[in-house]
Amino acid sequence: MLKKFFAALALFIVAIMFYDIASNYQERQQLSGVAQYYVEKGPSELGAANLVTSVVVTYRGLDTLGEVTVLFISAAGIGLLLRRQRDDKDPSPQKDNAPCSEIVDTAFHLLFPMILLFGIYIFVNGHLTPGGGFQGGAVIASGMMLYLLAKPNNTFNLQLLKKIESFSGSAYVLIGALGLFLAGGFLDNRVLSLGEFGSLFSAGLIPVIYVLIGLKVGAELSSVLTKFRDS
Amino acid sequence: MLLIITVILCIGIIISALLAIYLNNMISIVISAGLSGLFASVTYVMLAAPDVAMTEAAIGSGLTTLIFLYAINKTKCKDDINDY
Repeated sequence: MLKKFFAALALFIVAIMFYDIASNYQERQQLSGVAQYYVEKGPSELGAANLVTSVVVTYRGLDTLGEVTVLFISAAGIGLLLRRQRDDKDPSPQKDNAPCSEIVDTAFHLLFPMILLFGIYIFVNGHLTPGGGFQGGAVIASGMMLYLLAKPNNTFNLQLLKKIESFSGSAYVLIGALGLFLAGGFLDNRVLSLGEFGSLFSAGLIPVIYVLIGLKVGAELSSVLTKFRDS
Repeated sequence: MLLIITVILCIGIIISALLAIYLNNMISIVISAGLSGLFASVTYVMLAAPDVAMTEAAIGSGLTTLIFLYAINKTKCKDDINDY
């Protein structure tokens, strides 16, 4: 009874909050101050054709670094929780998993290279078309997921994934610090020249940072998936 | 037209989220939770946010579903196998 009363009370409070938001809602006719600045100055200042990228990587670059850190901490936590208990015994994983179905195996051989290539395309072209490091890394990790499903007895080299992850993470921070000395501030992309607007080698450091983030996210999510399967 | 499609997609999100709460079979629950992520990602495309849609499609409906399936597989008890 008391439980239901508190549930109803919580629902009522949420309803009041949403009523307040909904009754005062009116569609914006123009962008708010800082968004207006980004839309007007972003392309000429940073040279990225995809405006979202210039906001995510440069104007709000510190937030992206925070997101990468959160992902790193959660991957490290999963690694701590699911670490192998039987280090003293034979370290090779059990080889008695049932093989996957014919459909998954055929789809794996057809789709795996394409998914990887698409993921790389997404993060290399992040400053030109929708997408970026996180998206490309997640697509690569879903390709790795297909690999883990199709080959139940194979596993990834976790040491190599760990090395890729630490290399790209530290390179991201170092490149960001480079901006302190050579350009306007931390994670400023104008260390390299901006290039021609809309071409592949443009927008200064943004493609470099996105390639690093893509590698880091892809390696991290793949190692999380591997640990979940093999723990 | 765009509004109608968006509303239908939002109803799809709500229905699959309710299914995820009220179904009894663990596998169906995980699949319907992934389905709500898939509906959400299409909604993001309709609302002109392709960057978010990509992340949602890959992580929300792909990787999370698989991680849940692995976790259910690992924690399955022999006694209440009929529940799964």
